[in-house]
Amino acid sequence: MLELNALRKVFNPRTVNEKIALDGVDLRLEDGDFVTVIGGNGAGKSTLLNAIAGVWPLDGGSVRIDGEDVTSLVEHERARWLGRVFQDPMTGTAATMQIEENLALAMRRGRKRGLRRGITRAERELFRGKLADLGLGLEDRMSAKVGLLSGGQRQALTLLMATMQRPRLLLLDEHTAALDPRTALKVLELTDRIVRENHLMTLMVTHNMRDAIAYGNRLVMMYEGRVIMDISGEEKRALTVPMLLEKFALLSGDDFASDRALLS
Amino acid sequence: MNVAVLLNAMPGAVSQGLIWGVMAIGVYVTYKILDFADLTVDGTMALGGAVCVMLMMRGVPMPLAMLAAVLAGMLAGLATGLFHTAMGIPPILAGILTQLSLYSINLWIMGFKANQGISVTKYCLLVSGRNVRALAANNPIFVMAIVHAALIGLLYWFFGTEKGCALRATGANERMARAQGINTSRGKVLGLMISNGIVALSSAILSQYQGAVDVNMGRGAIVIGLAAVIISEVLFGRLFTNFALKLSGVAIGAVLYYIVLQFVLWLGLDTNMLKLLSALVVALFLAVPYWNGRFRANMARREARQNA
Repeated sequence: MLELNALRKVFNPRTVNEKIALDGVDLRLEDGDFVTVIGGNGAGKSTLLNAIAGVWPLDGGSVRIDGEDVTSLVEHERARWLGRVFQDPMTGTAATMQIEENLALAMRRGRKRGLRRGITRAERELFRGKLADLGLGLEDRMSAKVGLLSGGQRQALTLLMATMQRPRLLLLDEHTAALDPRTALKVLELTDRIVRENHLMTLMVTHNMRDAIAYGNRLVMMYEGRVIMDISGEEKRALTVPMLLEKFALLSGDDFASDRALLS
Repeated sequence: MNVAVLLNAMPGAVSQGLIWGVMAIGVYVTYKILDFADLTVDGTMALGGAVCVMLMMRGVPMPLAMLAAVLAGMLAGLATGLFHTAMGIPPILAGILTQLSLYSINLWIMGFKANQGISVTKYCLLVSGRNVRALAANNPIFVMAIVHAALIGLLYWFFGTEKGCALRATGANERMARAQGINTSRGKVLGLMISNGIVALSSAILSQYQGAVDVNMGRGAIVIGLAAVIISEVLFGRLFTNFALKLSGVAIGAVLYYIVLQFVLWLGLDTNMLKLLSALVVALFLAVPYWNGRFRANMARREARQNA
């Protein structure tokens, strides 16, 4: 269970560039919730994920994971609960390290790292199987440097790294936005499969309304640092893009044309 | 010009290269693995020798004195690490601050004298410049080969452990490392401590080799270290992909650097001009990958224009 209580974050406070990125966000995710988050540019979607991940301290509010208050913990301390995939395929993996080394690093998320071997033979076998499941042929290139992989391959690998140690919460920050449409679809299908198989509590930020409707059991819309809509169940299943646009105009009082980024 | 003079100077050049090669491996740890240009080394390269020589003069056995030197170097790395991670000072400046402090600290250790001698006739030393031409077990080239084998073996083991891998990840992609639960601040401090410990070891060996420690001994050390790293990259970059081979390459790079140095001295270059030459050579080698990239980008642009 994830409980976000009155999250507040202000960037560049007391300057002309002051920006209230999160303006009192309350959100509660139950186990197994797969929530898609949409909103225009600057609505606070990525900021929300960064707030949960502890990238910087909050200006107000609290984050609880399974009832435990993690608000005062820094990024690497919160990592034991979180699996993360970023928008830029370069961010989630270490380019100069081997595929298997990256996986071995992910395998030790939330564990103490000592002077034992950084990667064991048993792990290599495990990785081979997991990579074969991706269906990208990476199982035969385990000692290749990650920098040699394509963006889609890197995102698939990051996804595997984020979920190999089952996270309590999976954070996906527009993780298909930098990929071409075909690869994006593949990575999304893979995401859906992994989330379902492992019954993962997931927050997926996306720019794409169709994706937001097609995936997950719940949809959250953000606007100017607030959650303005939260739809789940039957209502979510019946949702269409035009309906979403209409709701957006109604709730935000904003004409949709002024926020075209939402459509993309 | 007499070729015999040049050849005669070679054993000394190789010995010195091997000793400075230890320091270059320390530089490799910060510069290549941690992606942190650490200028502390100029200070640490005198600190290790100062601690080692002063302790030995007070009757401490050589191995213990060298251990103390390594620990002192690690403290210097700790200082730079804390300047950076706890006080938010940028890497280069953090290193410069420690380097500057070390100038005073080194003088203090050396009893406020600019140099202190330690004679091989009175003390039991690990290496001495007097033995460069000896066909015996105490030949510095032989001793240094063993030191390198041990050091490279130790580093190869360490960077294969969980902690070592975490350190490599910190240098390769800090955001990814944190997302995987790695304390990157602590990693950087640890890396700086390891690096400066190695540099101090090199300094302790060099002061024994020279039979003296000088407060200015480390001036420009970072440039020599970078030169060794870059030479090895240019010459063996494609050949040496294994980590142990890469570290050996750095040591060889330092040796080649000293051989070239010996060569230009033999050609008649004034010793005082060496640092200028070193700086220019390093600048040139650092520029090569940049120029390469620009050249390729230009070619691609031209091709695109022709195809348009």
